[in-house]
Amino acid sequence: MDSQFVAPLAGGILIGIGATLLLALDGKVLGVSGILGGLLDVQSRRQAWRWAFIVGMLVSGYGALQLWPESLQGSPMGLGPVIVAGLLVGYGTRLGNGCTSGHGVCGMSRLSVRSIVATLVFMAAGMLTVLLMKGL
Amino acid sequence: MSAKNSTLSLIVSFLVGAIFAAGLVISGMTQASKVIGFLDITGAWDPSLAFVMIGAIGAHALAYHLWLKKRNRPYLAEVFALPHRKDIDKRLIGGAALFGIGWGMSGFCPGPALVSLVSGNESVLAFVAAMLAGMALYHIQEKAPTHQSSTPKSARH
Repeated sequence: MDSQFVAPLAGGILIGIGATLLLALDGKVLGVSGILGGLLDVQSRRQAWRWAFIVGMLVSGYGALQLWPESLQGSPMGLGPVIVAGLLVGYGTRLGNGCTSGHGVCGMSRLSVRSIVATLVFMAAGMLTVLLMKGL
Repeated sequence: MSAKNSTLSLIVSFLVGAIFAAGLVISGMTQASKVIGFLDITGAWDPSLAFVMIGAIGAHALAYHLWLKKRNRPYLAEVFALPHRKDIDKRLIGGAALFGIGWGMSGFCPGPALVSLVSGNESVLAFVAAMLAGMALYHIQEKAPTHQSSTPKSARH
C-alpha cells in the first residue's frame, strides 16, 4: 500500500477505537457536534463528561502543537468565508443531528439509515461547494 | 450510576477525547487544505482521507457488530444511549446539506476545528466562534414559543 495512505488509515483506526471505547464503557455516541451542542442546550443535564471530552481533545491538540506543529493548519480561505462556514456548520449539524463523527463514523458503522443518508448528503454538498468555489 | 462509576466515566470521556483527537491529527484531518483537496474530486483529488473513513468505520463497525451489539448495557453505564430513529426528514437532509457547504467552504468540520484551537490560528478561532454561534442560534430558535416542535422531547434520564 502506498505510504501516503498509512497515516490516514492509522489515524482512522484510532478514531474508531475512541468511538468504540466511549460506546462500550459509557454507552455514548462519539459525535462532536452533539457533545458541543449539549453544552449550549440548557435543558441538557450531565454536562461534566462533555467538558472532560473537550479537555481531552485540547490536551492532544497541545501535544500535536509541540511535536508536529505543521499538523494543525488553518483554512486556506479568507476570514469572511470561514465565518459563514462556521455558522453553517454549527446550525446545520444541530438541525441534522450530527457531523462527520456522529453520522459519518458512528452511525455509518451501525448501518443507521439516517446517518448513511446524512453522510451522502454532506459529502456531496462539500464536493459541490469546493467545485463551485473554484469557479468563483 | 454510582459515584465511582461517574468518576470513571469522566476519566473515560477525557481519555477518549484525547485518543480521538490524536486520530484526527495523525490522519491529516486537522489540515484544512488537505480536507479541501479530498473534496476536490474534479481537480487534483487527494483520496488519502478516504482511508480515515475506512479505518474508523472498519474498526468501529467490527467492534459494534461482533461485540457491543450483543450486550444489553455498557460496562460503566446503565444504557446504550443510541438513536433509534429511521425516518428521513427535511431537517436531516437540510442540516446535512448546510453542514456540507460549510465544510467545503472552510475545510473544517467540528472535531478538527476544536483540536486546532490550541494553535491560536486566526481562521480556527473565527470558525469555532461562528460554529458555536450557529449552534446557539439553533437552540434559541428551537425554544422560541412560536416554534412547533414536530419531535417531542422524550423523557431525559
